[in-house]
Amino acid sequence: MDQSLLNQVQNAVNKVGLTRNDYRGASSTLCQGCGHNGIAAQIVAACYEMNLVPEKVVKFSGIGCSSKSPTYFLGRSFSFNGLHGRMPSLALGALFADHTLKGIGLSGDGDSASIGLGQFKHLVRRNLPMVYIVENNGVYGLTKGQFSATADKGLSLKKQGTNPYLPVDIAMEALVANASFVARSFAGDPKQVKELIKAAIAHTGIAVIDIISPCVTFGNHEESMHSYTFGKEHEEPLHEISFVPARDEITVEDFEEGTTRDVTLHDGSQVVLKKLEKDYDPTSRWDALRMLEQAQENNWLVTGLIYVNPNQPTMYDMYNLPDIPLNRMTEKQIRPPKDTMQQVNDMMF
Amino acid sequence: MGNQKSIVNDFCITFSTVNGSGSATANTTIMRALFRMGIPVSAKNIFPSNIQGQPTWFTLRANKNGYLARVEKDDIVVAMNPTTLAHEIKFLNSGGVLLLPDDFKTDEIREDIVVYKMPVKKLVREAEVLPSLRDYISNMVYVGVLAWVLGIDIELIRQALNFHFKGKQKAVESNFNVVVAAFNWAHENLEKRDPYTAEKMNGVDGYIMADGNTAAALGSIYGGVQFVAWYPITPATSLAESLNEYVPMLRKDPDTGKDTCVIVQSEDELAAIGMAIGAGWGGLRSMTSTSGPGLSLMSEYIGLAYFAEVPVVIWDVQRVGPSTGMPTRTAQGDLTMVNFISHGDKQMVILIPGSINEHFEFGWKAFDIAERLQTPVVVLSDLDFGMNPWITKKFEYPDRPIDRGKVLWEEDLKKKMEEWNGKWGRYLDVDGDGIPYRTLPGNQDIHAGYFTRGTSHDEYARYTEAPEIWERVFDRIDKKFKKAQPFLPEQVLNKMDGATIGIISSGSADPAVVEARDILAEKGIRSDYLRIRSLPFFNDVKEFLASHERIYVVEVNRDGQLRQLLNVYFPEYGSRLVKAAHLDGLPLSAQWVVDHITRVEEV
Repeated sequence: MDQSLLNQVQNAVNKVGLTRNDYRGASSTLCQGCGHNGIAAQIVAACYEMNLVPEKVVKFSGIGCSSKSPTYFLGRSFSFNGLHGRMPSLALGALFADHTLKGIGLSGDGDSASIGLGQFKHLVRRNLPMVYIVENNGVYGLTKGQFSATADKGLSLKKQGTNPYLPVDIAMEALVANASFVARSFAGDPKQVKELIKAAIAHTGIAVIDIISPCVTFGNHEESMHSYTFGKEHEEPLHEISFVPARDEITVEDFEEGTTRDVTLHDGSQVVLKKLEKDYDPTSRWDALRMLEQAQENNWLVTGLIYVNPNQPTMYDMYNLPDIPLNRMTEKQIRPPKDTMQQVNDMMF
Repeated sequence: MGNQKSIVNDFCITFSTVNGSGSATANTTIMRALFRMGIPVSAKNIFPSNIQGQPTWFTLRANKNGYLARVEKDDIVVAMNPTTLAHEIKFLNSGGVLLLPDDFKTDEIREDIVVYKMPVKKLVREAEVLPSLRDYISNMVYVGVLAWVLGIDIELIRQALNFHFKGKQKAVESNFNVVVAAFNWAHENLEKRDPYTAEKMNGVDGYIMADGNTAAALGSIYGGVQFVAWYPITPATSLAESLNEYVPMLRKDPDTGKDTCVIVQSEDELAAIGMAIGAGWGGLRSMTSTSGPGLSLMSEYIGLAYFAEVPVVIWDVQRVGPSTGMPTRTAQGDLTMVNFISHGDKQMVILIPGSINEHFEFGWKAFDIAERLQTPVVVLSDLDFGMNPWITKKFEYPDRPIDRGKVLWEEDLKKKMEEWNGKWGRYLDVDGDGIPYRTLPGNQDIHAGYFTRGTSHDEYARYTEAPEIWERVFDRIDKKFKKAQPFLPEQVLNKMDGATIGIISSGSADPAVVEARDILAEKGIRSDYLRIRSLPFFNDVKEFLASHERIYVVEVNRDGQLRQLLNVYFPEYGSRLVKAAHLDGLPLSAQWVVDHITRVEEV
């Protein structure tokens, strides 16, 4: 790309008057080639293209390589890097402070599939509206390469020996916990990652994306499902996916009549899924579970939108929340008036 | 009765029942009736960690002097549990009264007590209630007989039942009919042979009856609590349940009718504290309530909140530990754990209410303090306060506006940025008081956002491992606590002319200390008393230590934890401190305090 064209792309503003630069974060300190960096870049792209205002986004993470990455995108947004496996609870409390904000949670397999499994599943079960990305590489990177709970059985690592246990499947766990949006992708497939993140942002409810993100330093072994080689060779997309924001004219030129399937999200936007060979229905939880089971048997890395239910009530629906954010309430709104004190004393004996 | 002198408004009754039998209704009914007579009353529920079938005791004290501490011996025992009868009899004072069903075996009953046998089965049979309700109704028999023995106005019993059943007349009547039948039976068949009498007095004007958990919940509501995350645990559960009860009543937005407080029952305490800290960071007045085991689980997140400077209020309704310990018994055993909670250097702000009224007061104050100092505030209550019914002065409306601390919204931030030459840092100490300014998520100013973390950070919230920055930021955090005194409840000093000793105590040990000081004074041991209501300690504590040569630190734990902390912060006075710590799961009695201090003083 010549310089002037490059400048043009970088200086182009979106509908909220921001350039791509406004969505960037600090430089990454993760390893070169780390899948997480690619994902951060796609989050930047998705937020830019979705016209999100960074101040209307809050980032959350736990502990681990993945959880460091919120530093590397949306530098203007508020962010809270919490405790290992306990980002879900933190995000839940924080988002109730201002329910008009969009939450993006960044976690990893060490964070969400071990200590965090309970909080992860309970957050999913409550359907708190937020994007929940698991950057899944099957190893503990920051502590230099131990097996995580998502590592394949039989995988060998130099210092660790052979992993004797069956892996935890993040997408399966999310489904079983009644997630309203479950997707899986592969960091080596940036276009799909971006489209899924956009759909996740538009989804009203929790949107779990399990992204296989190879660890170039400790886990990029060819036989491992969490490697670039394996991912490239075994990725089985369920469909080609495009996200069409609400009120945009839907152009389906790429999609031949009769081979696409549209899913309308709650805000009116659409996920357009182009059928590949398989006839797959992402609105059926049962089909989703069966598909994941089949993928496991066949050693496929199935990617795409696995399940979505745009109409599942969210956690906010369980409360009678005011329109203005709770954190903007005044004293008059949160302290009962003085004349109630006598009534309360009368209620005691 | 003969020429025996009456003992008026000064007696202790123990009701011995089987748990799950509905005796709480009967027991609190008696308590409320005595309260309505103007008599100061206090009660201790001694119950097992069990749902049904185990022995349970309710000890009710009436005292015209207003002493509220537990007493160790009974004047009257209502024995409804045959398996513990022998045990109960041992605890009766000579001349005391034993009420029991007429079908209980009474071979081993002492001769120095008065026994009244009640025809419980007969009266219940005659009551014509559903068989399933018989057990509950049978407790009303002793209410009626006891009312006759003590001379309680039966109309006050009806008022108490009416309150208990929230005015449901059918329930009130079916219970009250049994009370009346029992009262009339006693009147016709018994001869009063004991000295105990209840008489109307004016001892509780301006008082209400409440437990600490209810008071804490209400205080929090008047403090503007906006987010509660909790997980069930004895004895803290009823605090959150009281919030569930009163929030819908008191916390609808006056204009829109929408809820201004969110309550979430979390999956565990790890999540409860995470949620509460998330909400506190988001700018909500946020709290959780728990007990020791839950607090142990919460400790890692509390450390993060200390270091990342997130306001949150944590109520610890203490029970006996370590481990599962005695879940239904009281203790003050979490103090040192809380003071240093979580790994790394630290100091917590701790509030220790010493009455039910103070539970209400600290309920709202805790939020002001947490948001002012941008730090977790732990309020230490215990089972004795939390779950027992107490009399207390009426709750008072907060005497000052809410203090949200140093929060910058869009306009504030713009103004301050001009003042500060375009520089704002989340952890910059611009005022020199150690307290930085914070922005809240949702602030639309492009300079507002910052990255919160439990990892090392500089004044602009950026990650750093630079040694000098770590030390500078960490010392600045400590400064907040060194300057916190104006925001904390002051300690309460009670002096006595000619005092020769000092006493330091806190929380639910207070009623025993108050009574013990009077008893000791009669014996010639006069004392000054400092009641600790907040930590960190400041000069007022130091002055008390400096001005008394021998100071008893009275507390409900094994190791003398308050004394340990005084030793840590005022080592120069360590040799003046005498441990007066006792832990058996029961609230402290004045007698124990008197015996302990006398024993040392007489050496």
